[in-house]
Amino acid sequence: MSNLLLLIVILINFFTLGSARLVACIRAVAFQGALLALLPLAAHGLSGHALLLGAGALAFKGIFIPWLLLRAIREVRIRREVEPFIGFVPTLVIGALVTAGAFIFSGFLPLAPEHQDGLFVPTALATMASGFLLLITRRKAITQVLGYLMLENGIFVFAVLLSTAIPLMVEAGILLDLLVGVFVMGIVLNQISREFSTLNTERLTALKE
Amino acid sequence: MIGRILLQLAILLLFAPLLLGVITKTKALFAGRVGPPLLQPYFDLFRLWRKGFVISRTTTWVFLAGPVVGLVVPLLAAMLIPFGGLGAPISFSGDLILFVYLFGLARFFTAAAALDTGSSFEGMGAAREVTFACLAEPTVLFALLVLARGAGSLALGDLLGPQLAAQWHGNGGASLGLILVCLFVVLLVENSRIPFDDPNTHLELTMIHEVMVLDHSGPAFGMILYGAAMKLLVLGALLVRVALPVQTGSLLLDLLVFLAGLLGLAVLIGVVESTMARLKLPRVPQVLVGTTLLSIFALVLVLR
Repeated sequence: MSNLLLLIVILINFFTLGSARLVACIRAVAFQGALLALLPLAAHGLSGHALLLGAGALAFKGIFIPWLLLRAIREVRIRREVEPFIGFVPTLVIGALVTAGAFIFSGFLPLAPEHQDGLFVPTALATMASGFLLLITRRKAITQVLGYLMLENGIFVFAVLLSTAIPLMVEAGILLDLLVGVFVMGIVLNQISREFSTLNTERLTALKE
Repeated sequence: MIGRILLQLAILLLFAPLLLGVITKTKALFAGRVGPPLLQPYFDLFRLWRKGFVISRTTTWVFLAGPVVGLVVPLLAAMLIPFGGLGAPISFSGDLILFVYLFGLARFFTAAAALDTGSSFEGMGAAREVTFACLAEPTVLFALLVLARGAGSLALGDLLGPQLAAQWHGNGGASLGLILVCLFVVLLVENSRIPFDDPNTHLELTMIHEVMVLDHSGPAFGMILYGAAMKLLVLGALLVRVALPVQTGSLLLDLLVFLAGLLGLAVLIGVVESTMARLKLPRVPQVLVGTTLLSIFALVLVLR
């Protein structure tokens, strides 16, 4: 069950890297968050801790943050296309290489025996790397937020692996961090679009007094 | 042995056009029309067969070789692949390479025949078709490699053998699911179906395969249609076998499951065609690269 979930998570990584439509990207990442909410239950069975973790992930990553992002798109009226620095096919290829690398690399890690063969560690690494890739290869500020979100999804997969050891407080802290990040990004987005009438972050590299 | 070959040929020859009929009917039902009768492809073939040839004076023998090879290749390829649980009539180690490149041969001759007319229009279609095909090829090979890894053999008859059912339940289930999606996309590309090509229009912008066979007429065009239908059946057989690896032991029951699977596949193609728009031409290579990556990923999963 959890293997299937993790597989779908990896497929969503690929989809997000290859998709040209911003709204589709946001929906995909939201779906990924919602799937991850099922993961603690699938991995550790029904317990209060897992339930809380899942509910928190669903509320924030599956519903609230995507809603904020979709609202931000509507408000600043950006064009719907994702504009990549490098093309979709090269991004996809790099994403695949990174995923394969994550699988190979996780084989070398000194993991606990019960985590050795599962998909958890490779998926977490692959998702984090894909999020990072999204962060650095896209021009629009909002896709960079998406990359950030995906990065967090990868961390969440890791956290589920250790969720019996990690206190809920840590995960709550990460979620809060993310939420604040997205809020700040929303405000910044508004500012950027007011100043430059575009959300292209390339312009931000040339600073003026 | 001979009986099995004849049975396989009979299924292929008699059943193939029906799949096209089912696809057309499904599309018609989706659009709220009655649609042509299910047996219309047979009538079309019969009608085309009775007509005469109209051949341009600028063409050579290559122009006629295209349809002939297009008709013969699916017959040969069908010999390598098991129809349902029946087992392949001819099987040897490495025949999966032959299987893939038989279709390459057919494509080469169809493209050569299209170029032989000297029309720039058909040359454009040939260029597009060959581009898409060479992007689809790695997907098929990686998908077959995944199967080969599971079967521990390089013969198509063994790849699609009874071990598939165990593989679905065991560790390989995820990768089988992935390659099933990949093979379905390849099936749509290879048979010039809607998200990639429109089999019904003759417009410059939308057509790829159709533009290549525009100059063929009468029996030659009939051969192309028949060959295309059989190609759909042969590639569909691969897909149906991976999706429904049931083997009851009874010949009749296995055959029924297989034919039902093919009809289901035809309905699925019809649904895809009615619910999707054609992809933009630059998007097609992206999708194909995506499926290649998915099949590589499936291979990584089974190699681990």
